[in-house]
Amino acid sequence: MLTGLKWKRNASLAAAVLLFAAGCGGGQTGQPAETKPAETKPAAGNPSGGQASAGGGDTIKVGILHSLSGTMAISETSLRDAELLAIEEINARGGVLGKKIEAIVEDGASDWPTFAEKAQKLIQKDKVAVIFGGWTSASRKAMLPVVEKLNGLLFYPVQYEGLEASKNIVYTGAAPNQQIVPAVSYLLKQGKKKFFLLGSDYVFPRTANKIIKAQLAAEGGTVVGEEYTPLGHTDYSTVISKIKDAKPDVVFNTLNGDSNVAFFKQLKDAGISAKDVLTISVSIAEEEIRGIGAENLVGHWAVWNYFQTTDTPENKEFVQKFKAKYGPDRVTDDPIEAAYIAVHLWAKAVEKAGSTEVDKVREALKNLEFKAPGGPVKVHPGNQHISKTVRIGEVQPDGQFKEIWNSGGPVEPDPFLESYPWAKGLK
Amino acid sequence: MELLLLQGFNALSVGSVLLLIALGLAFTFGLMGVINMAHGEMIMAGAYVTYVLQLAFTKYLPGAKGAYFLVALPAAFLVAGLLGLLMERLLVRHLYGRPLDTLLATWGVSLMLQQAARTIFGAPNVQVVSPPWLNGGLKVLGAVLPYKRLFILALAVLCVVGISLYLTRTAGGRRIRAVMQSRPMAACMGIATSRVDALTFALGSGLAGVAGAALTLLGPVGPATGTYYIVDAFLVVILGGVGQLLGTVVAALGIGAFNVAFELGSSASIGKVLVLLAIIVFLQWKPSGLFALRTRALD
Repeated sequence: MLTGLKWKRNASLAAAVLLFAAGCGGGQTGQPAETKPAETKPAAGNPSGGQASAGGGDTIKVGILHSLSGTMAISETSLRDAELLAIEEINARGGVLGKKIEAIVEDGASDWPTFAEKAQKLIQKDKVAVIFGGWTSASRKAMLPVVEKLNGLLFYPVQYEGLEASKNIVYTGAAPNQQIVPAVSYLLKQGKKKFFLLGSDYVFPRTANKIIKAQLAAEGGTVVGEEYTPLGHTDYSTVISKIKDAKPDVVFNTLNGDSNVAFFKQLKDAGISAKDVLTISVSIAEEEIRGIGAENLVGHWAVWNYFQTTDTPENKEFVQKFKAKYGPDRVTDDPIEAAYIAVHLWAKAVEKAGSTEVDKVREALKNLEFKAPGGPVKVHPGNQHISKTVRIGEVQPDGQFKEIWNSGGPVEPDPFLESYPWAKGLK
Repeated sequence: MELLLLQGFNALSVGSVLLLIALGLAFTFGLMGVINMAHGEMIMAGAYVTYVLQLAFTKYLPGAKGAYFLVALPAAFLVAGLLGLLMERLLVRHLYGRPLDTLLATWGVSLMLQQAARTIFGAPNVQVVSPPWLNGGLKVLGAVLPYKRLFILALAVLCVVGISLYLTRTAGGRRIRAVMQSRPMAACMGIATSRVDALTFALGSGLAGVAGAALTLLGPVGPATGTYYIVDAFLVVILGGVGQLLGTVVAALGIGAFNVAFELGSSASIGKVLVLLAIIVFLQWKPSGLFALRTRALD
């Protein structure tokens, strides 16, 4: 067996590997995030990378790029499902421009450089007309330079921290002013003035909380505590003690991923229910509730643009189709709906443009409207985000939301929060 | 006062969780010297066994639903133990004495097991409803001590007592210690060292399975579950001194206490950094951990 010397060496070796593993908890590898320079430029004299797909062949190729393995697979696989459903619908009624849509599905593997690499592969090698993909902001930021350089088109279907507007990206998830800002206003109106901010320690929660703090300062609320825990953190006993001590009116929860499971299980065990301390979450949708357990979440709130229970004729049809295709146990939720919207918006724009060329599609997207399951949406001509209705829901024992408030109509996207005077100093 | 009591309990509780996840590793890494990166996936396997049993009980024995958890603990031990046995026989035993290769190979196994879980159970987390008799908590001086955490504390104590009795009082346990301390000598005395290796590895993996079953009470159950605990498990074993059960116990409780104290004084992220810093400094001072095994064979 091993001698003592070797044991020691093993120990330090293991420690080194662990530090490495800990450093890339999000499933990243240590590779630099740089993308290789394009090996094959788009055909000379053709400024649009998406052109090739419009030519020859009986199908139009589109790329789907989500993490199907790794830590983010938990969320992203259902987006792929929604996109494939939408493509199936469009093909069933004859496709676009008389051609069927052919989906090329790639796995981003929860690894940001892989997203950049696969996006490049999809655009250059497969000549896809458009990519539907991403979940984390990191994956979007990795794809952004690729689609900008190759003049590709990316539909990004998840709510995010805002402060971005690329002409090569269409954002179908909520900007902060379509989720966080109205939620804070509503809470203040309900007399909940003392906020406890709890989030995972990365860019989205920190940016979101910066926005919330500025808004609270302007609209008359106070922050009684602010805590960040590492992604994948599993012990919330101390955080819960701090919450108990601070006695907030509401905990604004921007935890992401599996930490939510630990937090809510342990919150309930500590004898704290939604009646004692209300939490409002921005990353917990129907899909996540299934993993956390509805009984741990009953009475807590979440703010989104869509719930499975949203009462529109479009949604009835959408939910029924989704369940018919993927099984009655599956649920729909906000990002799933946003992914579904993305495909339909793109198809509509292509029909309107009469071409899959990126520049023409982008032009056609301006002010394009679509009757989405969560209510009507419209593409903003300037920032390529979409207007959406904001909804706050309360978790019911069956794991579904009961809507307790909505914005009454679509809210215009404002990713840079330019229409809010208190947001001036944020950038 | 209430906060102090609660935090004292939390320290103990965090320590017991750490102890539970590290005990198995104290065997595979501590005793055998195998850098087992798939340890976390043994924890995951235990968690999924609990999930499957819960489903089975709900379906076939709805009357005894609350009892599934008691069945899950030994079942998780068996399943994870068998997985470990398989892994040792097929892979690890060919790599003894080659730590780098073991590390990479077990990491590969870890990735494969994660993806297997994803394929079988789906990528999203699954829900394990904790048995009703573990809901609620004990009220002491205004503080609520959750039954689940008390249960895990008791389970950790039970495991440690059980293991130390096994290692010191039974022939099987003594054989393990003999082989780990001096393989050639043990072989000369007629011990089938290869079989003992397999058994030790299975035992360590089985303990990880038990930890996984218990952790369904507190944390997420999904393909990535194991990755959340693996770093902490290695920290505990390394700090405790490789090859020392007592060291593992003390290290787990120590890290738990410091973690809670630092986190209360700062934030969860900073607290973790401080704990890591403290461990690094400590290992500079005592490179072989809290309790170094001193025998002539090891010098």
